[in-house]
Amino acid sequence: MGKYLKHPLGQAGVVLFLAYLLFDFGIAYIPPLFGIASAPIPNSVLLQYLITVSVGILIWVSDNEARWAEFKEPMHRVMVDPDLKTARNSLMVLIPILVALMTFSQVRPTVAAPTTLRSIHPAPPGRIDFQGTTLELGSLQNPLRSRGSMEEHYEEGKRVYYENCIACHGDGLDGQGHYAHAFSPVPVSFQDIGTIAQLTESYVFWRVAKGGPGLPNEGAPWNSAMPAWEDFLTQDEIWSVIIFLYEQAGHEPRTFEEEGGEGEVE
Amino acid sequence: MKQRGAKGLRLFAVMSLSALAFHLFAEVAWAQEIAGGRTYGDFPIVGGRVAVWVAAQVHLLFAAFVLGVPMFAVVAEGWGMFGGEAKYDRLAKEFTRLLLVAYSATAIWGAILSFLLITIYPNLWIYLAEIFEVSMWIYVALFFFESFTLYLYYYGWDRWNRGRAKLGHLTLGILLNVFGTAVMLIANSWLTYMMSPPADVGPDTAPGMVQAWSAFANATWMPINIHRAIANVVFGGAIVGAYAAYRFLLAKTDEERAHYDWMGYVGNLIAIFALLVLPFAGYYLGREIYEYNQQMGITMMGGFMSWLWIIQAFLIGVLFLTGNYYLWIGMGRIPGAERFAPYTKYMLVVLIVGVIVWATPHTMIANREEIAAMGGNLHPFLGVLGVMSAKNTAVNIMILTTFLSFLLYWRANNEPTVRWARTGTIVQGAMFVIAALIVVFYGVYGYFVSAIVRIGFSVYQVGAVIATIVGVVVINVFMMRGAKSRGAIRWGQMPPRSQYALFILAVTFTWLMGLMGFARSGIRQHWHVWEVVRDTSEWAATPALGYAAVVISACVLIFFVLVAFIFWLGGLAEKPFEAGAGADASSSPGGPELAPAAGD
Repeated sequence: MGKYLKHPLGQAGVVLFLAYLLFDFGIAYIPPLFGIASAPIPNSVLLQYLITVSVGILIWVSDNEARWAEFKEPMHRVMVDPDLKTARNSLMVLIPILVALMTFSQVRPTVAAPTTLRSIHPAPPGRIDFQGTTLELGSLQNPLRSRGSMEEHYEEGKRVYYENCIACHGDGLDGQGHYAHAFSPVPVSFQDIGTIAQLTESYVFWRVAKGGPGLPNEGAPWNSAMPAWEDFLTQDEIWSVIIFLYEQAGHEPRTFEEEGGEGEVE
Repeated sequence: MKQRGAKGLRLFAVMSLSALAFHLFAEVAWAQEIAGGRTYGDFPIVGGRVAVWVAAQVHLLFAAFVLGVPMFAVVAEGWGMFGGEAKYDRLAKEFTRLLLVAYSATAIWGAILSFLLITIYPNLWIYLAEIFEVSMWIYVALFFFESFTLYLYYYGWDRWNRGRAKLGHLTLGILLNVFGTAVMLIANSWLTYMMSPPADVGPDTAPGMVQAWSAFANATWMPINIHRAIANVVFGGAIVGAYAAYRFLLAKTDEERAHYDWMGYVGNLIAIFALLVLPFAGYYLGREIYEYNQQMGITMMGGFMSWLWIIQAFLIGVLFLTGNYYLWIGMGRIPGAERFAPYTKYMLVVLIVGVIVWATPHTMIANREEIAAMGGNLHPFLGVLGVMSAKNTAVNIMILTTFLSFLLYWRANNEPTVRWARTGTIVQGAMFVIAALIVVFYGVYGYFVSAIVRIGFSVYQVGAVIATIVGVVVINVFMMRGAKSRGAIRWGQMPPRSQYALFILAVTFTWLMGLMGFARSGIRQHWHVWEVVRDTSEWAATPALGYAAVVISACVLIFFVLVAFIFWLGGLAEKPFEAGAGADASSSPGGPELAPAAGD
């Protein structure tokens, strides 16, 4: 066994196998041991990671002449050595079968919906119509941040949230509301650094006001069940709930740079 | 030989003039004919949009080549002239020989693009021509001067090779770059105007009322200029590397192999070093796009086009891995390099982890079961790798690692003799460690601050990396003065797979240019000119990513078929390789032949 592990081909196989275990099982089950949430990774990401590791392995075995020769030697021997005819013939059968099985598993019809690309943050339009008023999203600011008391806005937002949003987005703003598991995809978690923390308030306003029905075509396919809250809430109520979301989740909205009101990119 | 050269000159002159004549007169005539007629034309089989797309893309690829290569041709010539090393002069001439045919190809594809635009998008053409007519005339004039400067530069190489004449020849090379860059700046203004027209231009603004200079120097013009200028150097280096690899694989003598091995090394070095600064220029461009229009920025970075960034991350990962691989294999021909060989596997692990982090998607491609298991498209654990804090950290660490590879390569056969060598090495090591710590610290800290603060952190990360690169290079230059050689580099003793690495680099760069060019252009969506001239053709919808990838791959294929022909021509016109004309390096044991060790 030790002999095989000292051989580059054996080492390559072991590294690839360990990488597979780490990606397919380690990522899903090790973080929870430390109280960190995790889940199995999708096949698309698993494949991407394994290809990357395979490229790394190929680089390692071939960046040195001696190692490269040693790595190829068993494969070469299997192909030409008269004593290894059985192994050669077996591989000639096994490899096509393996390829056929992989092909079959790829094209086999299933009841699952096809895998799709999904834009989490589809681009907003330049302007929207909100209850008869045209709002320019590019320059839209939360008016409540320069008006009245922030504590009052926060309390008002809290009221709006607990009356309208909690059922789906949850008490902890983590997308785990009572109804959440009836939806696919589940409602977003505002705690996640990939959601409102990445967005300006005007973007969040647009999403809340227009909901799933108001998403642009370039955001499709989009399976959002969120209603268009412009039909139920006033403009100030939406702005106040946005203040509540950011305060409660501990994120800051993306801001425009102070000089000349210019935007930013990350 | 001279006779053949003169015939070649006439042939190129006739071709170029013909292209120009068609370019000038046909545009006017066709434009007049169609002015009051149809809105859009069509093209058989593939449709109008794809026809223009392919013509524009292939034209751009050739243009990038003919703009990038003269930059380092003239630098190499200057280096050979002032440094007294004839091999650089030969290298520069060989670069320039490739330019001649590539230049014709650029002009031909430019003419194809113009004709297709005129016939398929006549109204858009007329609109743009009315705003940019003066710059179009200047463009043609510059094109004319550029062409003939190139012919003088190449055909005068052997005649003006001494004293003042050589200085004049070098000046021609500089002029060639000036004309070429000016041509690029003008063309960039047209396409950037389509992305970011001035704020006071609307759908009702008559083109004649648009101020020419504000249209010319629009919001994204300068960022594109900078990004393209650097990218052209990268691309030129990669294509020259591929040419050297092609010639290396066909070489019949050791001298030829030594020469083309060295040429490939130089091309790769230029490409990789210019690549290291390209992300910063790209960042500047992205920032300006966001500032110009938030919707456009979000479409590019967070919306529909964001998937291209994952592909880009993966391809740039390929570039980093391949560039390092080439250096590591190259160390096999450097005496003394074996003492560094054990470290390459650690650097490889760092690079692989970097690629994995950089290419981890923010929103994952998943089926319904996988989405249900994750609780959405964001992975609860890997989601932290999907944001820019992680990406910036990964790419900066990859840049540092690549630079470390280069440093080891540089020092491989050199034994410093200065008294402070050990201290210098420790300081260099400390600079790497400190830079890595700064990069990781701000990467992690970035998760705990607002976006506006986090963006500022990237400046510290980049600053630390650039300061380290500059500092380490300066120390090394002084440390390697009078260094003792462990033996001459055995130029030419490279396995063939190293040359395939150079091909991979060239193809990957080309693919990246097409894909990310589509991202830049596609974010205009259904607008010819953003929110000013709407695309009302049947091709107005932004193409799906898969479709775009197929078209771009076809462009890459067309380009490389033509480039392969040019490579073949490059060998055809050459006189038999003279012994000793290659890298003199191969025959001078003990000398610090590795270009950087000599102060490159």
